Amino acid sequence: MSDVIGEIPVNAMWVLSSENPFGRCRSQVVTFPARASGLLGGEVPVREFYHLYGAFLDYDKILAASSTGNVTLYKHHHNSQTLSVGQTWDSLHHHNGKGCPCTGLAATLPDIVTVGEDGRINVVRVDHRAPIRTIDNADSCTLNAVSLKAFEVITVNSTGQLKVFDLRRPSSEPTRIFLLSGDRIPLHCLDKHPGQPHIVATGGQDGSLYMWDLRQERHPVSAMDAHAWDMWEVLFHPTHPDHLFSCSQDGSLWHWDVSMTTATPLAMATPTASTPFPSRMPATSQTQTSPWLLAKSGKQKVEVSNLLLDNIMSVNSLDIVGKSVVCGTDAEAIYVIRNINIR
Amino acid sequence: MAANGMEEDFDDGEQPEITTIGDPHMRLGISAQWGSGNQLAVHAALHPPQEGVSSGIQGSPWVHEVRWGTQEVNNPIVRKLINETHGTFVALQHHQPDTTTTNRKPQLVTFSRNYRSVIRACLLQLKQAEESARDQATAVEYCEQVEVYNMVELIWSLCEILFVESLPGGVVLAQLLDWVKWHFNDADVYAREATTSDNPHVHDHYWSAIYLYVLQGRSDEARKLLSLDPNRNMDVYDEYASIDELLRKMPFFTLYTGQSLAEFDMKWRHWQDECRRRYSEGEFNTNKNLETICRILCGDEDVFLDLKDLTETWYQMLVSKLLYCNPTVKAFDLQYHVKACVDAYDGHATLEPLDNILLAAIEFDLHQVIKESSSLLGNWWFVAHLADLLFQCGQLESHSLNYGSNLREFLLLDYASSLMSHPSLWQVGVSYLDYCPEFGRHYLEFYLERLPLQTEQKALKVLRECEKRDMKDISHSICKVMGVRALRNERLGSALSWALRSKDASFATFLADRFLSEYSSKGGFSSLDLLDNLGTAMVLSDRLTFLGKYREFHRLHEEREFKSAANLLLQLLTNRMAPKKFWLTLLTDALPLLESEEVIFSTQQTYELMNCLEDISLSFRSSTYLHGDTADDAQLKPTKGQQEVEKQKLDLIRLALARNLARAILTEGSLE
Repeated sequence: MSDVIGEIPVNAMWVLSSENPFGRCRSQVVTFPARASGLLGGEVPVREFYHLYGAFLDYDKILAASSTGNVTLYKHHHNSQTLSVGQTWDSLHHHNGKGCPCTGLAATLPDIVTVGEDGRINVVRVDHRAPIRTIDNADSCTLNAVSLKAFEVITVNSTGQLKVFDLRRPSSEPTRIFLLSGDRIPLHCLDKHPGQPHIVATGGQDGSLYMWDLRQERHPVSAMDAHAWDMWEVLFHPTHPDHLFSCSQDGSLWHWDVSMTTATPLAMATPTASTPFPSRMPATSQTQTSPWLLAKSGKQKVEVSNLLLDNIMSVNSLDIVGKSVVCGTDAEAIYVIRNINIR
Repeated sequence: MAANGMEEDFDDGEQPEITTIGDPHMRLGISAQWGSGNQLAVHAALHPPQEGVSSGIQGSPWVHEVRWGTQEVNNPIVRKLINETHGTFVALQHHQPDTTTTNRKPQLVTFSRNYRSVIRACLLQLKQAEESARDQATAVEYCEQVEVYNMVELIWSLCEILFVESLPGGVVLAQLLDWVKWHFNDADVYAREATTSDNPHVHDHYWSAIYLYVLQGRSDEARKLLSLDPNRNMDVYDEYASIDELLRKMPFFTLYTGQSLAEFDMKWRHWQDECRRRYSEGEFNTNKNLETICRILCGDEDVFLDLKDLTETWYQMLVSKLLYCNPTVKAFDLQYHVKACVDAYDGHATLEPLDNILLAAIEFDLHQVIKESSSLLGNWWFVAHLADLLFQCGQLESHSLNYGSNLREFLLLDYASSLMSHPSLWQVGVSYLDYCPEFGRHYLEFYLERLPLQTEQKALKVLRECEKRDMKDISHSICKVMGVRALRNERLGSALSWALRSKDASFATFLADRFLSEYSSKGGFSSLDLLDNLGTAMVLSDRLTFLGKYREFHRLHEEREFKSAANLLLQLLTNRMAPKKFWLTLLTDALPLLESEEVIFSTQQTYELMNCLEDISLSFRSSTYLHGDTADDAQLKPTKGQQEVEKQKLDLIRLALARNLARAILTEGSLE
C-alpha cells in the first residue's frame, strides 16, 4: 500500500500527511529528507531546506513548508514519479524580512493556512501570489500547529495556549483563547475530531494527550498521561474517529481506542420516525456520549497499544489511510503498519 | 591551504598532507567553514575583515569544497547501515549476560550475525547503486564503498569465527570452510560458465571449478560436476567411479553429531590412507585431472602450490591445505601454518594491508587488527562496532591505552564524533556517547552545546537529550541562546517563554524591563496573550512579578474595576515591588483614578501616594533618579527639555493628589 516516490531517498524526517479533502481514498506516502538539497529530481531547482513539513492537497498536489519560511506547492507526476514546483511563496514567515521556520500548515482548497515561529498566520490561495490574509501578531510565541475548517483556524503555541481565529472577522484578535491549566507546557500538535468539530485533541512537551471541548471554557476537558516525552503528532482516524493515533520523541506510536463500550457513528444524528428532519445542532445527549470527552472521568474505557515495538528513535510524523498507519522517524526510516485493529 | 590529514597521521610522525587550491583570489587570505564530517568549505577572504575595504575580487568568487578520508555519512546507503546497526548496538549494551559464560555465547553470536546481515544488505545495495549509477564519478564512489564493505565483511566474519563463536575444543575448520565458501564464489562462477556451455567437459573452467570445489571441501558439488564428463562410463568401475567413491566417503568433522575428535581423526586417517593407496597404485595415472584431485585428497603439499592460481590468496590456500593436511587444527595453532602459505604467494614483503589484518586476527592480535583496520578502511563504523562486540565477548579487556581510556571507548568516541556533524545523525551519535563511561559525558556536553539549532523543534530535541542526562547547565545555555535569538528578532514573548522554560531569573528580569520600557515608549504592551496568562510563573523574578501585576492593573482598569485597580497600584508602590525609575509612570497612571468622579483613593492611601511622590522628587533633585546610580552614565542623563517635562508631570500629580485628598477628607467626613 505504501508507494514511495522514487526520486526521493527514504530518509524522511517527516512523512507528509495525506489529507483527503474529497473523501477519495488514496494511498501514497511522500517523504522529504530532513535536509533536501536538489534531491527532488531533475525538474526542481536546487534549493536548500532544513526541515520540511507538508500535506497532500489533491491527488497530485503536495504542499511543503520549510524552515526558511517558504511554502512550495509541488506537482506530482505520477507516470514519471517526479515532482515539479507549481508555485512558491517566499518568506511567508519571517522576522523583519529574514525567513524563519514555518512550523505547520493546513489546507481546504483552494485556501492554505500556515503558521510559523514568528507567531504569524498566513492565508494563501492557490494561484494567488500574495497572501490573501496575514495576521501578524497572532501569537507572541511560536505557533506549532494549525487546523483549518471553513473560516475557523485553530492554533496551538509554545506556551500551552489554544487559540481560535475567525477569518471572517476583520480583527486580528483570536475569538477565543484556551489554556492548559497549571504549567505552560508547549503544545506541538493538534487534530480536530472529523465528525464533531468542537472536539480537539492536542499533544505537547509532556507527552500527555489533552482533549478540548471548544464549547466549554478555557481549560482542557481531559488530560491523559501518555508518552514519556514530547508528543509530536496526533491524528484521529478520518473515518473511525473512536480511534486516535499519536507518536512521540520516545519512539512510540500509540493507537488509542475508545470504541470498547460505545460506538459513536460518524453521522451526527440518526433520523428516526418521530424526527424526520433532525436538527443540525448536535444534541446535548451527544456531548455526553462522545467517548473522548468522558475518557478521563473513568466512565470510558480507553485501550492503548503501542504499534512500534523496539524503536528507540523519535517518531516525528504519522498518517493513516484505511487500516494502515505510516510514520517517519529520526532513524531516517519510514514504517508502514498494516491491518491495525479498527472496528 | 593545508588540508590536514586525519589525526593518526601525526601519531605516526608523518608529514601533513599539503593541498594547493589554484584560486588566484586566495592570495587575499583564506577562510573556511566546517561542512559535515571530513569536509571544509574554503573561500578567499580578507583577514581580518575590514569595513569599506574592497576585496579586489574580480568576477564571482569561488567556494571550494575540501574533503579527505571517507564521506560515508553522506551516502544514503551507508546512513541506513549506521541507523540500523544503532539499534543492534543499543540492544547489545542492554543485553544482560547470563550467569554462565556458555549461555552467553550464542546470544553474542546472534548479535554478531545481526551486524553481518546489515553489512550484507548494505553491500548488496551498494552494488546495485554502483550498477545503476548515472555517471562515472558516482559509480567510482560506489565501487570504492563496495570494496571497503567487502573487506569489512571478510574481516568481521573471520573475527566472529575466531573470537566470538570460538567453539569448545577450538576446532575451527568447518567454520573456516564456510567463511571461504561465503566470500569466494569463483568456483560457482566457473561451474556456471562451464555448465551453460555446449560441452561442459571441454570448457576452460570445467576442471578449475572441480578443483576449487574440492579445495573448498564441497565434495557434493564436485561430484555433480564430475558426472558431466562424457568419458565417464557409468557401468564399469573405472577411475571416475573410484574418485567419486573417495569424494563421497570423505569424512567431515561437525561438532553437533556427537562424534568425538579422536573418532573423527581415526576415520579421517583411514580414509586418507585409502586415497594414498589408490594414488600409489596408479589408479589415476591415465587421467591427469583425476590424479590432481586425488593428490589434493591425499594432502600432497606440492599440489597446493600447483593450484595456487586457483586459490588466489594465502588464506584460501591455508584453509584448503588445512582441510587435507590437518583437519583437526585448533584456532590457536592456525598461525603456525600460515608461513608456508604466505611464502607460496611471494612472502611477507608483498602482503597487502588486508592480508596483515587477517594475519593479525589469526595470530590473535586484536589490537593490531583494529589498528590496521582503522588505517586501511578510514571507517570508524567498523572498528568501533567490532571493538565493542569483542569487548562484550571479554576479548578486549587486557588492552588499555596510554592515551585516555580503553580501546573500545576511544573508538566509540571517534565514531560518535564523526556522526555529530551530520544534520540528522547527531542523535545516533548522542546515543553512542552514552555508552562511553569515561569521556562520553564530557564529549556530550561539548557537542550538545554546539549543535546548530535551525529550528525550535531541533532545539527542543537537543533540550530533551540534555534533560534525559540531567545536564542543567547545557539546557540552560540552549534556552538562553534561543531566548536571545528571539529577542534579536524582536520577539519578546517568545524570548520570555524560553526564559520561563529554563527558569532563568536574570534573563526574565531583563526581559521584564524590556517590556516595561516598551510600554513607556509606546504606551502599550505587546504579547498580551502571554502576559495575561503568566499565572504562577511570574514569581520567577521580582521584576516579572511586577510586570505581571502591572499588566493586571491595566486589565482591571480596562474592566472598570477602579477600586481594585487602585489597591493594586498602591500595593505595587508601597511594597517597593516597582523599580524606582518606574514610579513616575505608576503615579501618572494613578492620575485618571485621582481625577475620576467617584473618590477612589482614601485619605490614608493618598498620604501613601504623596509619600511616594516626595520620595521621587527628592531623588529627582539629587539626579540619581531615572538613569542609574553611577556617574559614568553621563550621556544618559536627561536633557533640559526632558527634565522640564518630568517636572511638569510631578507638579500635575502633586496637584491631583492634593485635590483627591481634599475630596477624600470630605467624603470620609460626611460618611462619619
